[in-house]
Amino acid sequence: MSDIKTEENINKTSNGSPKPTSPNSDLKLDFASFWEYSPAPESSDFVQIDDRYNHFINGEFVEPVKGRYMKSINPATEEVLCEFADGTSEDVDKAVKAARKAYEKAWSKLSGKERGKYIFRIARMIQERARELAIIESIDGGKPIRESRDVDVPLSAAYFFYYAGWADKLNYAFPGRKPKSLGVCGQIIPWNFPLLMLAWKIAPALATGNTVVLKPAESTPVTALKFAEICRDAGLPDGVVNIVTGAGQTGSEIVNHPDINKIAFTGSTNVGKIIQKSLAGTDKKFTLELGGKGPNIVFEDAPLDQTVEGIVNAIFFNQGHVCCAGSRLLVQEGIADRLIQKLKDRMETLIVGDPLDKNTDIGAINSKAQFERIQNYLEIGVNEGAEIHQSSCQIPENGYFCRPTIFTNVSQSNRVVQEEIFGPVLTIQTFRTPDEAIEKANNTPYGLASGVWTDKGSKIFKVGQSVRSGVMWSNTYNKFDPTSPFGGYKESGIGREGGLHGLYPYIKF
Amino acid sequence: MADRLEVLKTYKTYVGGKFPRSESDRTYRVTDRKEKHIANACRCSRKDVRDAVLAARSAFGGWSSRSAYNRGQVLYRIAEMLEGRKEQFIKELELAGVKEKDARAEVHTSIDRLIYFAGWTDKISQVFGTVNPVASAHFNFSSPDATGVVGIIAPDRSPLLSSISLIAPVIASGNSCVLIASVENPLPAVSFGEVLHASDVPGGVVNILTGYRDETVDTLSSHKDVNAVLNTIADRETRKLIDENASISVKRVTHYPAEDWFLDDHENPYLILEFMETKTTWHPVGI
Amino acid sequence: MSIAEIPDFKQTIPIDKIGVEERVSRLNKRSIKKDSKLQALKLALSMIDHTTLEGKDSEGKVIQLCSKARLPYAPMPDLPHVAAVCVYPNMVSTAKKALQGTDVKVASVATAFPSGMAQFHIKLDDTRYAVDQGADEIDMVISRGEFLKGNYSFIFDEIAAIKEACGEAHLKVILETGELETLENVRKASDIAMYAGADFIKTSTGKILPAATQPVTLVMLEAIRDFYHETGTMVGMKPAGGIRKAKEALQYLVLVKETLGSAWLTPDWFRFGASSLTNDLLMQIVKQETGVYQSINYFSND
Repeated sequence: MSDIKTEENINKTSNGSPKPTSPNSDLKLDFASFWEYSPAPESSDFVQIDDRYNHFINGEFVEPVKGRYMKSINPATEEVLCEFADGTSEDVDKAVKAARKAYEKAWSKLSGKERGKYIFRIARMIQERARELAIIESIDGGKPIRESRDVDVPLSAAYFFYYAGWADKLNYAFPGRKPKSLGVCGQIIPWNFPLLMLAWKIAPALATGNTVVLKPAESTPVTALKFAEICRDAGLPDGVVNIVTGAGQTGSEIVNHPDINKIAFTGSTNVGKIIQKSLAGTDKKFTLELGGKGPNIVFEDAPLDQTVEGIVNAIFFNQGHVCCAGSRLLVQEGIADRLIQKLKDRMETLIVGDPLDKNTDIGAINSKAQFERIQNYLEIGVNEGAEIHQSSCQIPENGYFCRPTIFTNVSQSNRVVQEEIFGPVLTIQTFRTPDEAIEKANNTPYGLASGVWTDKGSKIFKVGQSVRSGVMWSNTYNKFDPTSPFGGYKESGIGREGGLHGLYPYIKF
Repeated sequence: MADRLEVLKTYKTYVGGKFPRSESDRTYRVTDRKEKHIANACRCSRKDVRDAVLAARSAFGGWSSRSAYNRGQVLYRIAEMLEGRKEQFIKELELAGVKEKDARAEVHTSIDRLIYFAGWTDKISQVFGTVNPVASAHFNFSSPDATGVVGIIAPDRSPLLSSISLIAPVIASGNSCVLIASVENPLPAVSFGEVLHASDVPGGVVNILTGYRDETVDTLSSHKDVNAVLNTIADRETRKLIDENASISVKRVTHYPAEDWFLDDHENPYLILEFMETKTTWHPVGI
Repeated sequence: MSIAEIPDFKQTIPIDKIGVEERVSRLNKRSIKKDSKLQALKLALSMIDHTTLEGKDSEGKVIQLCSKARLPYAPMPDLPHVAAVCVYPNMVSTAKKALQGTDVKVASVATAFPSGMAQFHIKLDDTRYAVDQGADEIDMVISRGEFLKGNYSFIFDEIAAIKEACGEAHLKVILETGELETLENVRKASDIAMYAGADFIKTSTGKILPAATQPVTLVMLEAIRDFYHETGTMVGMKPAGGIRKAKEALQYLVLVKETLGSAWLTPDWFRFGASSLTNDLLMQIVKQETGVYQSINYFSND
């Protein structure tokens, strides 16, 4: 509403930013030239991270038998954060023995009601130490504090709270059957949601009366060891929860330990297959939560602005390190240009950087190895002839950071469309008919999660029935809740975690 | 009156709603308990397994999208047809040396078992589906959904009853299957294919192969288009082979060895659930 | 704009309410600290349509209002003045006089504000009167009853006619979103207003609850963005009613920044319709400058 148009201000608004109506501006929105957010770092001075961490076995922190340690790196600075024990077969054996003893002498003797009370206690203690855990999760793993504070940690507490209540109600969970616990559970979790995956694993195992030997990922062990402190502070009987740290070899010792009754694994499909093969011919039960290449299908009658937000949540949540990420966007041809335009605008407002800054949307890629893997896929995509677009944001000089990226002009046969990248990289394909969308969606060995965006209810149900995946997010994406079962079809895994269905893998009849 | 020369039956396989011979054209001798020859059965090869899996995959979409009510009716129809032909099956079992009384009991239990599972088709989602009270403004529900193509390795014991006890829970939920029949007495399973053919079961939903397990089980359990395996062979080596093969494509494996197929225990919905996926759907709630 | 370019308003643009609320909630998590906070507080102050719209308004009150508008806080004379005062038509000349020699605009509500329940010619006269009295800006209300009946062409034509009656004055179109209820209606009314010639679209009269909300504002900002991409024309946005705290004002600015970008972050394209917000912004600005938490007793109540 400037009344006076002088030569100087004709192309600028009164705050000095370029005026978008000027003929040269190509109607491009500008999100950066005026009013930048000052740094808003989460204060972390009250958080204690030790120089060295040991295993947590039989209720105490013990040094590894072989005395070997590994290093955890802060991916945002590439600096060493701490050392942690490198678990060997001796350590795993100690932990399994402790878990077996605790199972036989203590945990299986407790009533469900008492078991439940311990788990409730743990839930509360997670809530009490929420901010500390969130900060550590961000430092150790690189995820933005906004997510660790608002998603990972509160959800972790919620899973314990939910399963605590099941402990004395299991006889209502399986019609016609009385469930029994299995014994000792070996659990191996990934680096993308360290504490949350721990909660997904430990909460149902304890509720159903099992004891646990858990191995966190080697790039993100710290919150699991903080959780060990919580178990100790909660007075949980010794040996009910044991945390053994280490890398793949340690995990393999757990998988192959003869006195373990059940294996729960979350991680890549490749490792999942190796574990499934290792377990061949044994009587161990197992659940696998593996990879995905989630199709996110957008029909032309979708609520577009909310869809854009859903796409952002689907692929840029947690740097795209999400097994159920909506990494394949399938958009109906008629709205593709508009949608991509909107998505590009939205990407310009994503802030990449310091995980501890409260305004950061995309933090650090979890590790150097993962960073290189993603860079490699970016090259592959370009070499395959895809058109790459990245947001123009600033990224820090040190640390492993990746700009949010989309690939257009891709085909189903491209590796970037077929393979799980596990980073902030989205491929965009178009379709003309619902059948074509469903066919493309299902044309993958994976089947973990998918999204559908349309204003038409009947279309949601039809697409939901036709796309073979364990989770169908309609007009939303990447939502999690302890009451809601999660898990894959096909090569995305076996079994469900969460909800009533999440009890099933931890019991026998 | 001179004895009439009986017309012997040629036993073939049942694949894709048709009755082909083994692609390999090989057969093997099926004998009774006294080693007396009673028939030749197809000695299926890996290519027969391939064809059967292909047929099962083609049938899966249509069968799994039938209404649960309709699948229940089809299963009931199988029972009806079996009831009508039960004397044939009793004779076939007797031919292999089963006593008449036991044969009759096996056929009767088989019919009743079909009816048991026929009744589950439209109840499984109600009993095992959930509406999940999530903390956000979303409606969230989970329901069981068929997993796909299931490979079934049938035992030798009670060849009709065991086959039906395995097929019925698998197809009740909408799966299609490939069954490797009893080696010792594959004849009731093959004849059961004729019953299926006559009772509105779409071709390819159930496929029945005969032959030696060491020529079929490996191929079936490693086939990447098979989603799950239901195995009744207790032998450790076989189990291990199946488990290892399953890991190639993350198959669901259920080992289900049983001594006595007459037990009521075999009638339970948890066997159906073993071959179902839980699908969870989220949707916002708002105006 | 040719008739062909005007969309068919009978068509509804789907909007998912939960998705909008989630987006707002995420934007609310932006942490505005230090320099960016002070900058934003001053910016928000400069965007205020300092408002009094009461039956008991007097010339004296309007004069006080205007003096606050031109110099919000005497101890800090370098602070920006507010964008405009907003009054009833019969107070326009008083306000105009009181603001002489300043850049503070005079906005007047018109068209039988707040209900709009009057004959068309009366609304036109109301508008012309306010313009004649010197109003720089006219805040009109749409006929919600006709809108809810589905009589969209009536709404379009009425806005277009008032726009013409405004002459040089800028037109803000009040949708009264609290009566439209659904976000789809908000979107539709926004589109109608913009295509009919609105310079600004505005949420509320302040007389109906709920008044301005962030989900409604976000939907309107997104409508402005789409309109801009379609036509190349910028339209301004004014949430009004119920915005009392500086913190909320900053949240609104975040909505604008991340939806429309920097260009809209000026009083030319974004306004707050508010009265008590001014003092809360001032308190926060003084707190930022001095480090001492403030009391309302030290800020004039005009």
